[in-house]
Amino acid sequence: MQDSGFEPKLVGFLCRWCTYQGADLAGTSRIEYPPNLIPIRVMCSGRVDSSFVIDAFSRGADGVIIFGCHPGDCHYQEGNYKALRRYTLLVKMLEQFGIEKERIRLDWVSASEGERFTEVVKEATAQIKKLGPLNWQKVKETYI
Amino acid sequence: MVKAILDKQSIEVEEGTTILEAATERGITIPTLCYHPLLEPYSACRICMVEVEERGKKDLRTACNTAITEGMVIETSSENAIRARRMNLELLMAQAPGAEVLKEMAFEMGITKSRFPVTDETEKCILCGLCVRVCEDVVGAHAISFVNRGADRCVSTPYGESSEFCISCGACAYFCPTGSISLEELTGAKIVHTELPLGPSTAVRVPFMQSIPNVPFIDAEACINFKTDGCKLCEKVCEPQAINHEMKDEFIEVDIGTAIIATGYELLDVSDMQNYGYGRFDNVLSALEFEHLCNAGGPTGGKILLKNGESPQSLAIIHCVGSRDKNYKRYCSRICCMYAMKFAHLVKEKTDADVFEFYIDIRSFGKGYEEFYNRMLEERVNFIRGKAAEVSNAAMVPEEEGKLVVRCEDTLAGFIRRIPVDMVILCPAVVPREDVSEVGKLFGVTLSEDGFLKELHPKLAPLSTSSDGIFLAGTCQSPKDIPDTVAQGAGAAGAVLSLGDAVYLEPINSVIDEEKCVGCRICIGVCAYDAIFFDDEKKVSKIEETLCKGCGACVAACPSGASTQNGFTDAQLLAEVEGALI
Repeated sequence: MQDSGFEPKLVGFLCRWCTYQGADLAGTSRIEYPPNLIPIRVMCSGRVDSSFVIDAFSRGADGVIIFGCHPGDCHYQEGNYKALRRYTLLVKMLEQFGIEKERIRLDWVSASEGERFTEVVKEATAQIKKLGPLNWQKVKETYI
Repeated sequence: MVKAILDKQSIEVEEGTTILEAATERGITIPTLCYHPLLEPYSACRICMVEVEERGKKDLRTACNTAITEGMVIETSSENAIRARRMNLELLMAQAPGAEVLKEMAFEMGITKSRFPVTDETEKCILCGLCVRVCEDVVGAHAISFVNRGADRCVSTPYGESSEFCISCGACAYFCPTGSISLEELTGAKIVHTELPLGPSTAVRVPFMQSIPNVPFIDAEACINFKTDGCKLCEKVCEPQAINHEMKDEFIEVDIGTAIIATGYELLDVSDMQNYGYGRFDNVLSALEFEHLCNAGGPTGGKILLKNGESPQSLAIIHCVGSRDKNYKRYCSRICCMYAMKFAHLVKEKTDADVFEFYIDIRSFGKGYEEFYNRMLEERVNFIRGKAAEVSNAAMVPEEEGKLVVRCEDTLAGFIRRIPVDMVILCPAVVPREDVSEVGKLFGVTLSEDGFLKELHPKLAPLSTSSDGIFLAGTCQSPKDIPDTVAQGAGAAGAVLSLGDAVYLEPINSVIDEEKCVGCRICIGVCAYDAIFFDDEKKVSKIEETLCKGCGACVAACPSGASTQNGFTDAQLLAEVEGALI
């Protein structure tokens, strides 16, 4: 994107068993991806409290990605399903606050999918670049 | 006990003992045709005639069903007895001139020809009733019986039609003393015991030569007792009385601390792959069937033969049947290249046949494997690089007539080849067992993308699983050869032994602050490990820390903030978010 030069800030919550290792693999495999995502390691995507996401938006994040293991592959048996249920509700809520649903994303990346991790990050970064920065001040003034 | 005299010897036998039994025990031979120790005596053939003196009166009796009484004097080969036997034998010979056993017996007794008229030169049945009795008393099928009277008397099924009660066990043919009944005639060559591929078997057998434990089992599919509730002959002849037909499958509960999953693999069902003609062509075999054929304990005693009994002139071995194939299994089955080359070696050793190996790549990765590949090249095995496309019997040139034709693109030579062969061996993909996902669920072990059980870490923890104390060994984890399986098995056993008595706790686990807990029990519902229980007295949830794996699901779910995760508290994570967005 050569237009505005806008570089979005993305926060990623990475499950320790699958995606964090996948991201590691992307690194050791020397696959390039945008530096916009800042990863935060959690033990399980099921640990991600919805308030973390809202907190991230309130502190200036333009997008949040929650990464977990593929369905059926959760190290903790079913944590990713818990994340999925929570995510579905969270999207509905954020939309009511006027935050586009594209800004919050849930994706599955396994430990062996280094390349897929970079693809998801690339895709999300491009998408949020298109959306432009999140105007949290406006969200706050209008709804909170 | 009764005392008697048998062939001038004083004998003492238990009451009810027959003359035949007493004589046989003492090494005196009395010829007989219709007697069998497993069946009640029937005295139909009347060859076992002996002379008996009882209370001063001489008489001819059949030895098989005459019980010895006190003071009896028995002569097994007196003149009268022999004359009676010869007469009866001549009568039987007239009834069944085709029976070889009668001719042999007659030769021994010096009879050349029966003086009685013969009606059917080919008749073999002497109407001894062994078949009828075994079908009724032993097998319990009641499928055959005597029909008609007098000269028309014969053994038959009801109305001479094929009987639905016949279980094709072949007992009648086995018991028939004259070879009058043959299984082929009875059933159209139907054999019950076709459990093993490529050959008949028996209902009681050792599963395979090197099985552990090396003891026989009863195949419920083939055992007569499971069909008619009869037979139990094995029970009768087993002296240590080790056989018990009343035993049932039972579930035994065992408390265990750890488990090693070693549930193995299956082979891809090649009959689904139409292009290789498995099941359509007689001489297309799967690898296991060929292995069985080569085995000295197999149906041909280890000879490599075609279905028609001839030795093959040429063989094709097709690698990667379903492996490395995006339509079936994407992965390499790892064992096929080497055993396919072993097959080639066996064929070269046992026959003069040409061997063609159709391969995608030769993966001779193990110790000594590449050397074996080179040896096969020296033994002039033909290696053709290219995946065989199809096996057909459609001949295009005279050399292909009556042969199986393997069509393949030779990717080294760069053209399509058609190779006529006599036998085709398919190397099917190693696939996870059908119930692998149930086994996985049972032990809390997830599956890899390929459907095998997943190890904790492909490099650092190849024996462990995501469930503590559950280990993997062998092909349930991925296709592997014998050395790798043995190594993994020994490793898993070592891992179990090194666990000791201690349980290692997760450093990152959840804790519940009793002060904050409102007792809503949401956390209990989200815990996948049943690590949270409710304290009825204090009305709060508590965590059993030996069970907690530290996923943090309860922390995210707790509405009152009572549950926290060591090392990953809300405050820590929020601080990370803050730091990330400076």
